[in-house]
Amino acid sequence: MAQPSLAAENTFAWPGEGTWRVPFQVYTDPEIYALEQERIFQGPTWNFLCLEAEIPNPGDYKTTYVGEAPVIVARTPDGRISAVLNRCAHKGALLCYKQHGSVREYNCVYHNWTYDLDGNLTGVAFRKGVGGKGGVGPDFDQKAHGLVRLRTETYKGIVFGTFSDRTPPFAKYIGAELIASIDRVFIKPLKVLGYHSQVLPNNWKLYAENNKDSYHASLLHVFHNTFGVVRPNMGGGIKISDNGWHHLSYTERGAPNNDATGREKVRSLKEQYRLEDASMMEHKLELGDQVTNSIQTVFPTLVIQQIFNALAVRQLVPRGVDRCELLWTVLGFEDDDAEMTTLRMKVNNLVGPAGFVSMEDGCVGGFIQRAAQADRRATTIMPMGGRAIEPSQGSRVTEAAVRGFWKGWRECMKL
Amino acid sequence: MKDVDLSASLITRLRVDSFLADYVHVLDSDRLEEWPDFFVEDGNYQVITRENVERGLPLAVMSCQGRGMLRDRISALRTANIFEPHVYCHILGSLRILGNTEGAIQTESTFNVVRTMADGAMSLFACGRSRDRLVDSPDGLKLAERVVILDSRQVDTLLVIPL
Repeated sequence: MAQPSLAAENTFAWPGEGTWRVPFQVYTDPEIYALEQERIFQGPTWNFLCLEAEIPNPGDYKTTYVGEAPVIVARTPDGRISAVLNRCAHKGALLCYKQHGSVREYNCVYHNWTYDLDGNLTGVAFRKGVGGKGGVGPDFDQKAHGLVRLRTETYKGIVFGTFSDRTPPFAKYIGAELIASIDRVFIKPLKVLGYHSQVLPNNWKLYAENNKDSYHASLLHVFHNTFGVVRPNMGGGIKISDNGWHHLSYTERGAPNNDATGREKVRSLKEQYRLEDASMMEHKLELGDQVTNSIQTVFPTLVIQQIFNALAVRQLVPRGVDRCELLWTVLGFEDDDAEMTTLRMKVNNLVGPAGFVSMEDGCVGGFIQRAAQADRRATTIMPMGGRAIEPSQGSRVTEAAVRGFWKGWRECMKL
Repeated sequence: MKDVDLSASLITRLRVDSFLADYVHVLDSDRLEEWPDFFVEDGNYQVITRENVERGLPLAVMSCQGRGMLRDRISALRTANIFEPHVYCHILGSLRILGNTEGAIQTESTFNVVRTMADGAMSLFACGRSRDRLVDSPDGLKLAERVVILDSRQVDTLLVIPL
């Protein structure tokens, strides 16, 4: 692995105490971006790889990314999950260049080196040469040249991978309180309803912050505020893991806490605005509670979303210092009937690249990326809800979870 | 092909071609309030990725059943959604008439859309094919269904103006 870049550490200084001020440099500096690959994505983090439902049978594989590292996640012949760096040990070619498929072994097209699905090197073409000439020689130890492997853990059908042997078990990583929030959504076997992605013209962290930012939900999104999906006076709250890295923001129906929306004259509350066909806003309660909107993040880049009956996992992939791709895997349950599938397809109009709600999150990151270029030394400020990283019952008018993300970032980056 | 059949098929092709030119014109000229009128009252409109179609997955990027939902897409664009101003230029490619039975014309046509932002930046925003079912009405041809199939699973930033 590359040595840490001293240059980034010499020219970068976190401003003062806490994480309520973030230097714009973190969004624009290519050296910081390169260091993130090593210290976050190959560091002690669990990264979303796929869902078990996507690789149900032995030999099934999916290609994905952990940071910028291409990864293959597969089901081995004996039914286990295995993940390897998608890079031949020989000259570094991609072993699998399709999105998904089924194979008995990995076979590099370049020189035909073969590996089993655990990454062991099983075949080297012309290993002994031809006609007594050539070959790899007697000191070539095949066992030493397997693929780089990731450790994997699967929880409720979600497959995570890590490059680091320092990463604690997933349950400890996320903590007991937030693991229960995964339990809340993943109650039954899953079915994938489809895929799409948004390519965003901003540093990945600008989108990561957006998901943890419960403050903006009722202010940016007219749909949330005007149609009562998320209003500041609805019940709910913010849960944050003890280390600050992961969070849950949720909103639920029930008696309003007070009439805060009436008092704040905000752009997003358009009292005269009506939908002609509001059937996409129908919500069939299916998770045993009245929560309308639940956004959960697992540091660094996974979002688990429930908005009415729209369930999804969102995987954020960095694609350069000022670009990232948000991959949506939209979900239902295996036992959904036709009526539920129809409802899910309708309500998914709220999310995704054309989402009545989500499209705006795609847009604001680019606004910040452009303005962030202006002065490397300036910082953002996030004073909502104080300066600390504390969960809050009831109030989602806080930036505590975003401050928690930066604590996780600083701890991994050692900056 | 008999002359009479040839004439009929040429007329159909011209009618569809002219319809599609008018359709993309309203989208490219910010006459979006006229867009729902190209559909019958209970018309279906979907924008979906090629990948989802090929894998038999139902998820669409945009999905409207009926003119009410189409009008809601436009009213949200005008009053609710936040996005940077931009315009489309649709370039329509080859038009295939797949069938013409029981008053419905099935077509498939390819398209490219260049998106131009307010600062002048242009990009090839979308390409793919549209599978349409057109029916006659007192006001001329209307879409009973339009399924826009995007070749790419990637949408650059967001999709708000329909395709």
